[in-house]
Amino acid sequence: MRRAAHPSPPRRRSPRWTAFAFLAPLVVYLIVFYAYPLYRNIELSVHDYTPRAFVQGNPEFTGWENYRNILSDDTFLRALRNTAVFTLGSIAVQYALGLALAVFFHRNFRLSAVLRAMFLVPWLLPLIVSASTWSWMLNSENGIVNAALQAFGIGQINWLTSPDTSLLSVTIANIWLGIPFNLVILYAGLQNISADLYEAAGLDGANAWQRFWRITFPLLRPVSAITLLLGLIYTLKVVDIIWIMTKGGPADASATLAIWSYREAFGTGQPDFSPAAAVGNILILIAFAAGLLHVHLQRKEERA
Amino acid sequence: MTPRSWWRTALGVVLVALMLFPVYWMFNVSLTKTGDMRADPPHWFPWDPTFEGYAAAFTQQLPALATSLFIGLGTVALTLVVALPAGYSLAKLRPLGGRGIDFLLLVAQMIPGVVMAMGFYAIYIRLGMLNTVAGLIVADSTLAVPFGVLLFRAFMASIPAELMAAAQIDGASTWRTFRSIILPLSRNSVITVSLFTFLWAWSDFIFASTLNRNSDVIPITLGIFRYIGNNTTQWNSIMATAVIASIPAAFLLVLAQRYIAAGVTAGAVKD
Repeated sequence: MRRAAHPSPPRRRSPRWTAFAFLAPLVVYLIVFYAYPLYRNIELSVHDYTPRAFVQGNPEFTGWENYRNILSDDTFLRALRNTAVFTLGSIAVQYALGLALAVFFHRNFRLSAVLRAMFLVPWLLPLIVSASTWSWMLNSENGIVNAALQAFGIGQINWLTSPDTSLLSVTIANIWLGIPFNLVILYAGLQNISADLYEAAGLDGANAWQRFWRITFPLLRPVSAITLLLGLIYTLKVVDIIWIMTKGGPADASATLAIWSYREAFGTGQPDFSPAAAVGNILILIAFAAGLLHVHLQRKEERA
Repeated sequence: MTPRSWWRTALGVVLVALMLFPVYWMFNVSLTKTGDMRADPPHWFPWDPTFEGYAAAFTQQLPALATSLFIGLGTVALTLVVALPAGYSLAKLRPLGGRGIDFLLLVAQMIPGVVMAMGFYAIYIRLGMLNTVAGLIVADSTLAVPFGVLLFRAFMASIPAELMAAAQIDGASTWRTFRSIILPLSRNSVITVSLFTFLWAWSDFIFASTLNRNSDVIPITLGIFRYIGNNTTQWNSIMATAVIASIPAAFLLVLAQRYIAAGVTAGAVKD
C-alpha cells in the first residue's frame, strides 16, 4: 500500500495527512510517555545519580560502571536464579493447571459457563488484595494454611519469613493469579479445534487420554507457545505480589531482578537510582528477547 | 442431563471452591472480631460476625476510595482520547508507518513497570509532578493505551468499508465519519477498553507506591499497603478494605462478563 498511487484527485486534504492526524495523539503519547521515560532510564544507568544530583541535575557520567558493579554483585546471581525459578515455576504450573481446566470446561455441562467465569475472579482482583490475603493465610502463627496443616500433624512452617520457603510462597500466590489467564486463552484455543477430529478419533476407538495427546495437545501447540511466552513476559515484570508479601526477603531469598531494581530505587530510605536503572535495563533485554520470539511465533501462526 | 455430566458439574463446583478459597477467606476475616483473630483453631465461618472492620475501613479509607475512583475515571478518559482515533487510523486510514506502530505497541507492553516508574520519577521530580493525581493518571494510562489501540484497531477493522464509503459520498469528512459512524458502532469495544482501563488504574500499585508515596492524597491500593505496615493486629479492617477495593472487579464479573473474555482474547494483555 505504501507506494500505491491515488488516481482520484484529492477532494479535501490528502488522505495520508488525515490518517496521520488521527494517529498523531498516539505518536506524541508514545514519544513522551514511553520513549522519553525509557531514555531517562538509560541515562540514569550510565550516570551516578545521587538524590542530590537528581534535583540539581549534575550527575557524574560513569559509563558502564553501574553495569559492571551490578554484574559482579553477589545479589545479581541470586536474583537471576530467583527470577528463573519464580518465572519458570509459575508459568509451567499455571499452564499445566490452566490447560487441565480448559479441557475440563471444554465439555459443556450444566453450569459450566458460570463456573468458568468464577475462575476469573483472582485475575480481576487488585494485586494488593490478593497479596495481602495470601500474606494473612500464610502467616506463621495465625494463618489458615498452617492451621490446616496442623490437623495433619505438620508443624508450623514459616512460609514468608523463612529463606527456605519464601520464594515458594510467592510463587504459589503468583500461580494462583495466573491460572485464569491461561484458562481463558487455552479455552479459546480449544474452541478452534474441529469437533470432527474428535468424532473421527472416537470412531477409531481412541480413549480420552489418547485424544488429548494425539489431537488436543499437538493442535494447541501454537496457542500454547504464545500463552507461555506472554506468561514469561508478564511474570518477569512482577513486583507487586512479591513486594507486598515478602519485600524480597528474608535476606534476598525471594528477590527477583524486578524486586532488586524496585528496592534499590524505591524500597529503602536511600534511593539509588543508577544501579536500579541498570538492573531494570538488563530486565528489559531479557523481556525483549522473549518478546521478539513471541512476535516471530505470532507471525508464523498468522501465515499458517 | 446424563448422570455423567452431573458428576462434572459437581467436580466443577469443588474446583471453584478450592480456587476461590482465598477470596472466601478474605470475607471471613473481614467479619471476624479482633479478639477472635488469633483464635486457635481459626474460625472457619463468621458465625458471630462483626462490622467493626468495615466501619474502620470506611472511616479511614473513604478519601482513598474517592481518589482511586477519580484516578480510574481520569485514566479511562485519557486512554480513550488517545486510543480511539489511533485505532480508527490504523484500522481504516492506512497511515504511513502503521506497521511500525503495531510493533512499538507490542514492545511497549513488555517494558517492566519498575522501569517505567523510574523513568516517570526522573521526569516528574523535575516537573514537580510527584505526588499529584494528574501525574498518576498519566502513568496509569500507560498500562492501558497499547491494549486499547490494539483492541480498537481489531474491532474497527471489522466495520464494513461500505458504511464509510456511503458516508463519504454523502459528503461527510473523515472526522464526521469517525464521530457519527465509527464511534457509535464501536460501543462494545469502548466499554471493554474502559472497563479494563478502570480496573488496571484502580488496581495499580507500582506507580502509586513510587510516584505518589509521599502524598497525602493516596489511592486505595496504597491505603491498604500502609494499613498492613502500620497495624498488623487489625486484619479485619485490612480485609474489609480489601473487600471494598474488590467491588469494581465484582461489578465487572457480574454485569459485564461478556466483555471480559473479549478483552482477554483480543489483546491478551495483563500485567
